[in-house]
Amino acid sequence: MSNGLSSPWVHLGHLDDLWFQIAGTLCNLRCHHCFISCSPTNHSFGYLSLETVRRRLEESVALGVKEYYFTGGEPFLNPEMVPILEETLRYGPATVLTNATVLKEAWLQRLAAVERQSLYSLEFRVSIDGYSPETNDPIRGEGTFRRAMEGTRLLVQFGFLPIITIARTWPEEQDHDIRERFRRVLSEAGYERPRVKILPTLLLGAEVERSRGYAEHEQVTAQMMEEFDTGKLVCEHSRIVTDRGVHVCPILIDAPDSLLAENLADSLRPFQMSHGACYTCYQYGAICSNATQSGG
Amino acid sequence: MPAFRAACLGGIYNNYLALEAALRDAHRQGVDAIYCLGDLGAFGPHPDRVFPLIHDHGVRCVQGNYDDSIGYGLNDCQCGYTDPRDNHFAQISYDYTFANTSANNRCWLKHLPQEIRFEACGQKVLLCHGSPRRTNEFLWESTTSTHFLEYLVKEADADVILATHSGIKWKRALSRDRLFANVGVLGRPENDGHTHVWYALLEMKSDAPPEIQFVPVEYDQRRLAREMREEKLPEEFVETILTGWWTTCLEILPAKERRRGRF
Ligand code: SF4
Ligand code: SF4
Ligand SMILES: [Fe+2]
Repeated sequence: MSNGLSSPWVHLGHLDDLWFQIAGTLCNLRCHHCFISCSPTNHSFGYLSLETVRRRLEESVALGVKEYYFTGGEPFLNPEMVPILEETLRYGPATVLTNATVLKEAWLQRLAAVERQSLYSLEFRVSIDGYSPETNDPIRGEGTFRRAMEGTRLLVQFGFLPIITIARTWPEEQDHDIRERFRRVLSEAGYERPRVKILPTLLLGAEVERSRGYAEHEQVTAQMMEEFDTGKLVCEHSRIVTDRGVHVCPILIDAPDSLLAENLADSLRPFQMSHGACYTCYQYGAICSNATQSGG
Repeated sequence: MPAFRAACLGGIYNNYLALEAALRDAHRQGVDAIYCLGDLGAFGPHPDRVFPLIHDHGVRCVQGNYDDSIGYGLNDCQCGYTDPRDNHFAQISYDYTFANTSANNRCWLKHLPQEIRFEACGQKVLLCHGSPRRTNEFLWESTTSTHFLEYLVKEADADVILATHSGIKWKRALSRDRLFANVGVLGRPENDGHTHVWYALLEMKSDAPPEIQFVPVEYDQRRLAREMREEKLPEEFVETILTGWWTTCLEILPAKERRRGRF
């Protein structure tokens, strides 16, 4: 993907955020912009079991991990998702990135009870791409707007305050208007204090066909890194567990060089920023620490 | 030293009336020392009224992100908000505070230390603003795992770490009698519908684990609100002072902390 020779290295400052590719690349949807091209038939990464998660949670204690994140695919396709979150909230705060189209009342009821007893927050991040079926469904699929709003309403009903993340598919200048329209639509749907976040779109996976790939000059060079705060990069404070092992960041799991080790302790080594996506990270900062477009 | 007690004040945010009340209370408690963990400015009226109180009462201060910004004449407060509305309001208080802080006081802020360390009763105490590793790191109760705090105390070689910055107090006991606490802030109420603010009393003994006690501070919030209006500060800020509910900086709150508030 690159001319890796001149690319700078990123050293992990501290493993603050531990991610789990909990549903692999399996998703009930097939969004056009999904950067790891998740779908109902993409089995390149599989579900993580409760057992695997437990082993990594246990390992994370000695490493002083601060927060846990769950992504996919759609995390709630994983049949063990509820017990996995239950277990995680014993260790620390958990954030789930979901498309909110498959949530069930019984799960949310149980999770609400678990969170109430925990010291820690359980955050839901719901991905939507437009404030109406007309703007959302062409990207995420027929009927997905209505279903995501229904999922959001359910989350709110059980006392959660989901963060609605929108991948930017419009010129940046329109952010303000679109955010306001979103807020209005959400409050009409019964979400009185909607939390809304706009994210840049990554040019990877299915997104390459939707708009365009990265150009040759869109590479991070050593010179660009002078005076740059590497703390803004996800790979400076995160790692992600998949069914293959531990990778450098949630964005690059498809790239062979992203697989760093089998366990957390051995995955803490530096990584060379040789990918086009690294350029987006460089421009926009920590796009994933609070959200990505995958996993929902 | 068999016992040591210190008053630890969080962000003052120009609230010189709450500062006065807290200092009075600290003296009444007979503390051995008074510290402030930074962010003297922001939010409230008349920044320069804070400084004489700090000097007269021998308060030792850590440099907060606000103090660093004002001291070095930066363009914004470096609070670390991510939402455009939050940033909009943050900029209003920053511009006001910057314009109303004298050159002398700005210079004083510039030279504050990023942390204060001392030893009392055989234990090492570290006072910082956000976290020992980053001045503007938000440490919230519901998004900070206990093993992360264990990592911080180990890394910082401290038995007690005290921080502020986030605006809501909390504490957690750690292994081997170590302790982390966020001392809260004097500058504005903590989003619970009460108008009082908080400071923390650190109590050290040679034969017992260190303890933190949070002390509520009542002050003349009507007068503060009146002065904020006279200074044409946003009505949203005045509302927080008078109701105890946050109306801005909301998007930075984690789910649990956000749920406890009204907005
Ligand atoms: S894509 Fe971003 S987070 Fe991943 S390795 Fe590159 S710079 Fe780091
Ligand atoms: S963007 Fe999210 S919801 Fe859409 S296909 Fe990818 S993982 Fe599924
Ligand atoms: Fe601060």
